[in-house]
Amino acid sequence: MSNTIISLKDIVVEFDGQRVLEGLNLDIHDKEFVTFLGPSGCGKTTTLRIIGGFVDPKEGDVFFEGKRINNLPPHKRHVNTVFQRYALFPHLDVFENVAFGLRIQKVPEKEVKDRVSEMLALVNLKGYEKRNVNLLSGGQQQRVAIARALVNHPRVLLLDEPLGALDLKLRKEMQIELKRIQKSTGITFIYVTHDQEEALTMSDTVVVMNDGDIQQIGTPEDIYNEPKNAFVADFIGESNIIDGIMIRDCFVEFSGAQFDCVDKGFGLNEAVDVVIRPEDIKVVTEGEGQLSGRVESVTFKGVHFEMSVTVYGQEWLIHSTQSQEVGSVIGMRLDPEDIHIMKKMEE
Amino acid sequence: MKTKYSSLFALPYLIWSLIFIIVPMGLVVVFAFTTEGGQFTLDYVSQVGEYTNVLVRSVWLAAIATAICLLIGYPLAFMMSRMPGFQQRTMLMLIMLPMWMNFLLRTYAWMTILEKNGLINKLFGFIGLGPFDLINTQGAVVLGMVYNYLPFMILPLYSIMTKIDNRTIEAAQDLGANTKNVFTRIVIPMSMPGVSTGITMVFVPSVSTFIISRMLGGGGNLLIGDLIDLQFLGNAYNPHLGSAISLVLMVLILLCMSILNQFNDDEDREGMLL
Amino acid sequence: MKWLSKTYIWVIMAFLYAPIGVLIFFSFNQSKSRSNFTGFTLDWYVKLFNNDLIIQSLVNTLIVALVSSLIATVIGTVAAVGLNSMKKWTKSIIMNITYLPIVNPEIVIGVSFMLLFVMAQGILSHINMDFEFGYMTLILAHVTFNLPYVILNVLPKIRQMDKYVYDAALDLGCPPARAFFKVVMPEIMPGILSGFLMAFTYSLDDFVISYFVSGATSQTLPITIYSMTRRKVSPEINAISTIIFVIVLAVLLLVNFYGARKEKQSRREGARV
Repeated sequence: MSNTIISLKDIVVEFDGQRVLEGLNLDIHDKEFVTFLGPSGCGKTTTLRIIGGFVDPKEGDVFFEGKRINNLPPHKRHVNTVFQRYALFPHLDVFENVAFGLRIQKVPEKEVKDRVSEMLALVNLKGYEKRNVNLLSGGQQQRVAIARALVNHPRVLLLDEPLGALDLKLRKEMQIELKRIQKSTGITFIYVTHDQEEALTMSDTVVVMNDGDIQQIGTPEDIYNEPKNAFVADFIGESNIIDGIMIRDCFVEFSGAQFDCVDKGFGLNEAVDVVIRPEDIKVVTEGEGQLSGRVESVTFKGVHFEMSVTVYGQEWLIHSTQSQEVGSVIGMRLDPEDIHIMKKMEE
Repeated sequence: MKTKYSSLFALPYLIWSLIFIIVPMGLVVVFAFTTEGGQFTLDYVSQVGEYTNVLVRSVWLAAIATAICLLIGYPLAFMMSRMPGFQQRTMLMLIMLPMWMNFLLRTYAWMTILEKNGLINKLFGFIGLGPFDLINTQGAVVLGMVYNYLPFMILPLYSIMTKIDNRTIEAAQDLGANTKNVFTRIVIPMSMPGVSTGITMVFVPSVSTFIISRMLGGGGNLLIGDLIDLQFLGNAYNPHLGSAISLVLMVLILLCMSILNQFNDDEDREGMLL
Repeated sequence: MKWLSKTYIWVIMAFLYAPIGVLIFFSFNQSKSRSNFTGFTLDWYVKLFNNDLIIQSLVNTLIVALVSSLIATVIGTVAAVGLNSMKKWTKSIIMNITYLPIVNPEIVIGVSFMLLFVMAQGILSHINMDFEFGYMTLILAHVTFNLPYVILNVLPKIRQMDKYVYDAALDLGCPPARAFFKVVMPEIMPGILSGFLMAFTYSLDDFVISYFVSGATSQTLPITIYSMTRRKVSPEINAISTIIFVIVLAVLLLVNFYGARKEKQSRREGARV
């Protein structure tokens, strides 16, 4: 991986006496697409605003290419932001919105024209120069906001839930487009979202956050396949979280049965959370499985059937390409590598 | 725009309101409780008791005027709120137009109409009646108040009633409400904040007026406002007593408003005062 | 039902406009009688424009209204920005103080100013400074009762504004002061303007408070009108009324016309997309 461009050290933020971030540490590498993912109120937007310079951390340091920038005001940072709901300037047209930063820097008129047109071409808004920004569609406003930020050639682009206000189809289009823009410009993108699918499709690195702290940092594959704790497992994709007892390394008991697994390093007979993805459960006929359960409901989800199955008094979610009859009893098999063992979450 | 220091922008205003709102109000209180020599006294406040008849008359006449304004204004405001857009704007303009004429001129107009050889008595004269004593009566004072402050009743009522969606009324009708039910169960409860704002905006200037009573009430129908004026700019010069009366007036109004404000939350009030 | 409500509206309109109509009608009356029309004349208008006292008080009114509403607009707008970023309870205390000049009876505000200025006179005379009732006291008082109108007009506009617009300007390299003038001001301009206009009209129209704080040389038009109604009857008042009515009518029509056209325009622009 390339050099670290931004690094946050022991960041603490309080709003009205309430801790929003508690001792956050994070390094962001140059030219990466990084996503902060987490439920609302987890501190992801606050982290972004610290990098942008809009929030002063109570404790801790912010470094930009190794220089401490805590006291550098937003307008002096080589960082630009695409705001939630865009924050376009309603009294300026598309061209002037995009040109805003260049005008502040007193860039010569000719260059302003060239750079703005180049940006509008990049975001597919050629010909919209004189349009009133208030009358553009959500997707178009989004593009203006991106162009307005990128035209200043920032080292880092911060995006605060930029697609939140768009409908599903447009959101998918914009996801692809954003990824394309990030690749072609080579600018570091830091992207905030609560949508796990969005995070997994676009990012090089995903930072999962909850309760003002980082839960896990990794590639989308890592995060999905090897969630570090039950929160990550639950937040990323759907999962069954079952109480279990780690009998010894690589051997766990839950739902009244014992299984081989691949995790170790827990205490003998330690209570743990066992996480199993719904699609990792293989449905077999009753008696052939390690577990058995009663099918409570079946819903067709397009590519698969989603079944709710009662296993050992607990409700499990199972994805399968084959439908089962409601009320029937089925058997279930699990491969050792599909059983994820996690430390119990502190309540 | 929220940074550590941005609330400091309010500082000039805070200093201004300290000097020109808080201090003057404080002076009224101080004057009400001190003698000319600066000693504490309750004499002036208790002296206000001698004017109980004036206080009662002020509150009584203002209350009548407010009630009349509400009775006249409420149906009109409702009709306005159900008109098509263009008619609403026109009506609004027609209601506001007299309001923007100085109230001295509006009151003066009634003076010329009501006086002994004024227009009304002249018309009565044509049919062999009169002349009647129309001016310098309590009725004339109430008339003056109603005429001056009716728009202040209509506008807040209208602005709250435009917020009552026609679909709400239709929903009530759909559920079996007749016209009377629609009013007692939907329109009147929903317009209560407007009613209390309207009452305040008519009652406060009515109860504290001193021009309307002087121009239309003659010398015999003094109101609290006239008393205060007399203590400050009139022959009875006595700012201490004047302050005491002002204080009583303020307390009176505060009392009325706090009763009315039970219906109102702050956001509504802010919207309708404008 | 339909004709009943129509009649009702007409009766109220007659009540509102008949007195003004009478006033205007007799401004063209030759004699001073207020009930006998003896013939058409424009003499009272001519007299009005030759009346130095009235012209002078009109000038006073305009100066006081303009200066005080400008000062109030500047202080009030800046205050609204500050208020917006305050904590809830500090803000609500200050807003309650702000409402005071609106909800308090005018006469109480008037006498409280009088007490303040008399006290100021006393204090300043100790250091041999003259402080007379006049322009100064009028403007100070007018700014005070104008301020709430500015604040109450500007504050909602700031609150409605996308809170990130200012951040966006900073983000794109604007220093804070410049960001305020470049993006915040244009956004809240309608509020500032209507606040200013409201302050200006209230200031023009004010009688009660001015009555307690004006000096002999600084009478405003409402005060002059008041002293005219106290003295002998004069159709000059009718003439003033007519002129004021026509001006108010013209302004209201203009505002309404402009408003309607703007509305239509934005609707048309909306349809084009």
